[in-house]
Amino acid sequence: MAIGDIITRVDAPTKTTGQAIYANDVNLRGQLYAAFVGATVPSGRIVSIDPAAALAIPGVVRVLTEADMPRPAPSFADLYVPPLATRHIPLQGLEIAHEGEPVAMVLAETLEAAEAGARAVDVVYDAAAFTDPALAEPVDPDPGRGDYSFLDIAEFEKGDAAAAIAAAPVRIARTYTQPSRHSNPMEPCAVIAEWSGGRVTIHDTIQHVAALQGVITGVFGLEMDQVHVRSIHCGGGFGPKGFIWPHQILVPMAARVVGRPVKLALTRAEMYALVGMQPHMVQEVELGADENGRLLGISHIASNETGVTEDYIEFSTVPSRTYYACDAIYNRQYIRRGNVTLPTYQRSPAEGPGSWALGSAMDELARELDMDPLDLRLANYADVEPSSGEPWSSKMLREAYEMGAERFGWRNRPAGGTRDGHWRLGYGMADSSQGTQRYGSSARVRLRADGTAVVESSFSDIGTGSATVMRQIAADILGLDESAVSSREGDSVLPEAGPTWASATVISTGTAVHRAATEVRGRLARLAGWPADAVGVENGALTHEGEARPIRDILAEAGVSEVSGDGTFTPNGGEFSDAGPEGFPSRVFGVIFVEVAVDPELGLLRLRRATGVYSAGRIINPRTARSQMTGGIIWGWGMAAMEQSRLDPVLGRWLSKDLAGVAIPTNADIPELDVAFVDEFDERSGPLGAKGIGELGATGVAAAVANAVYDAIGLRVRELPITPEKILAG
Amino acid sequence: MKITSPKVSRRSLLRGSAAAAAASLAHARQVSAQNAPEESAFEAWIDLRLTVNGQAHALTVEPRVTLLDALRERMQLTGTKKGCNRGECGACTVLMDGRRVNSCLVLAASAEGRKITTIEGLADGDTPHPVQRAFAEADAFQCGFCTSGQIMSAMACIEEGHTGSPEEIREWMSGNLCRCSAYPQITAAVAAAAEELG
Repeated sequence: MAIGDIITRVDAPTKTTGQAIYANDVNLRGQLYAAFVGATVPSGRIVSIDPAAALAIPGVVRVLTEADMPRPAPSFADLYVPPLATRHIPLQGLEIAHEGEPVAMVLAETLEAAEAGARAVDVVYDAAAFTDPALAEPVDPDPGRGDYSFLDIAEFEKGDAAAAIAAAPVRIARTYTQPSRHSNPMEPCAVIAEWSGGRVTIHDTIQHVAALQGVITGVFGLEMDQVHVRSIHCGGGFGPKGFIWPHQILVPMAARVVGRPVKLALTRAEMYALVGMQPHMVQEVELGADENGRLLGISHIASNETGVTEDYIEFSTVPSRTYYACDAIYNRQYIRRGNVTLPTYQRSPAEGPGSWALGSAMDELARELDMDPLDLRLANYADVEPSSGEPWSSKMLREAYEMGAERFGWRNRPAGGTRDGHWRLGYGMADSSQGTQRYGSSARVRLRADGTAVVESSFSDIGTGSATVMRQIAADILGLDESAVSSREGDSVLPEAGPTWASATVISTGTAVHRAATEVRGRLARLAGWPADAVGVENGALTHEGEARPIRDILAEAGVSEVSGDGTFTPNGGEFSDAGPEGFPSRVFGVIFVEVAVDPELGLLRLRRATGVYSAGRIINPRTARSQMTGGIIWGWGMAAMEQSRLDPVLGRWLSKDLAGVAIPTNADIPELDVAFVDEFDERSGPLGAKGIGELGATGVAAAVANAVYDAIGLRVRELPITPEKILAG
Repeated sequence: MKITSPKVSRRSLLRGSAAAAAASLAHARQVSAQNAPEESAFEAWIDLRLTVNGQAHALTVEPRVTLLDALRERMQLTGTKKGCNRGECGACTVLMDGRRVNSCLVLAASAEGRKITTIEGLADGDTPHPVQRAFAEADAFQCGFCTSGQIMSAMACIEEGHTGSPEEIREWMSGNLCRCSAYPQITAAVAAAAEELG
């Protein structure tokens, strides 16, 4: 099995038979079921809580309020936000920051009793006026309110963008908005915690095992070896399982208070209240260009909603300083505070919203110039990274454009507005691109006397195929068959891996696995008496100058039962994370072409076909990679045409906290999708030549769809999602 | 089914059955709190025999327990997943007498005497069912959380004969949401399995 081979997902046998154990599938002896009582007001103060009716329900054991809960240890103050999603922990005081925030926690012998108990708790509130963040004044983020401000830059200036745009012969200035949007992984968040002798074991469903372990040590004043975190399977991440949310702290607290294991699974409605969403955004984009379409100036000013406790920033201006060659660029990020759950980074962060605004504006500019939108991209192709002027680590976007246009038939597409019955056809395209993030990671590879190997690392496979590709990397280096390599992951007792978010797993943990396996191969060579840098592997054998010796024989002759190697990936400067190799800015690139059909009389919008072609470094497993990209494109379609969460302007709560009132793509919405990768090896990204693809597919799609709608019926929609009433209003 | 409660009749939920079973109050419990409103004092227990994957299970549950929670929390059959608990996502799909149902919308009590098939009941020992194999081969899942429901739904979709075209499969598989969005692969898996099963 080699890197680049098509491998069936290694968790197929357990996931297709119901044997894969997720957090909510864990049951512990003596466990209590927990259910939250959520605040019914979006702002205000708890006056009183009467648990009597709940306690009268058979099976209800305890009703915990802020008076019952321990306070965090002093070390809590040392934690950063993130990995804490928010420092505002409910059941620690009486103030309400948003609707749905837990005000009490009912513990019961059965799930039904806990849920009934939660309904029976009588809470009196002193409600205060609330702020709808969509209507709030944009203000500068305050670096003292959480640490999100330090994750990127809130203001960027290169040249004089305002002057360049003012002097440009062709100009457009537009505002693009998008709604709050919840990720709704199919698996609701779930956690079960058990204390034993001052140590706590937590089964959770998270994108970063080490983050929860670190946060829990901080909350309870423990050492790392006193906190055991397991997240063996995660039923979809998409963002809200990335950082650590209050329920993940409250459950271990409750378990400690009652001295029994406590199990909690959020309801679907609580997924709207207790974990974050992609924020409502307003983005103003101004472009100035010469008659040939060359960009003279870009201005991109964005504001996003945030909660009242911390300033979360959705860095959507990133595309404007990284996608196109331009000498004058201005970016600014504002926030709008209100009584909502703190937003979070959701597929796809920053470039997801940013590519919607910039990709739409570029299409509007192309129309203004009477240029093909693909030619406008080519006229502004960024051969070096625009914000720094430094060379890319690798970029083959021209090849992607060419391949994509060819596969889609872009250059000979029918005229926009061509009819198919009552449908009007439209064609649109946009750039897909996402920045690289790398996180410190470690891994161990153990080669055993029977010729099998195991990869050990605490990475989380949230469905992205990490376990599959990590085994594949080790098998490639050791020359083993896929069936001979297993893995252990998602457990804090294993070597620490970085998070599964920001497309970071392969480039970070994958590099660590590569190095660990290479270390093993070197040790094997030394056992065989061959130089480590001159051996090869083939079919379970080590080779050197035409000679081959089975790995099993080498181990047997040396009398060792196992050869183990450790590998690490350390970001630049030994930091927790970086954005790619020093001096060589790193991104993944691509292009998305779509054909839509619009029924202008009924307001209907349908996706007919899509082609995405990507320049993303070396692809480890084309099968899992393809699924990543089609999944991303479908996420983009949901963003473009369906998904929105609306805050009730009177009551300050989400209008629909479910999967019925909030539309997300279903099977019937999605045609066959065409995906391809440019053959590429990014030698600067690490020994794998790979980068990350998880966030890439969902970027650009919303813009491509909006551009195709314009092509079909001449209506420019600048407010997502593109729902029937907007088409009918046009 | 045996109903054992002194109080079930108040909400008339199971009035007839309760009267019939009134002689047998083996599991009656005294509700203690004097101030408790009548609403929360409701308590009843029923003895059920459920046939799941060909095996008989005896359990004693409250009438409000859903088939989904009975499978997951009482019978340790956790392959069936709870995604929304209100019939919107399909993650809890099982077969009841061969028809697909959202087990979160079925009371366990109403499943007595029915033949229930869950994801754990498809494989023949270590040999996966052709539908399970088709999902693996088509890469028709990512996180795997909706997969049990998708596969159970696919079983019924094929049995119903709704596999005449990709469009028909997409329509008839749309009760099962997949947020990883493996829809094209799911459609391909159902088509492949339908062909194999003839």
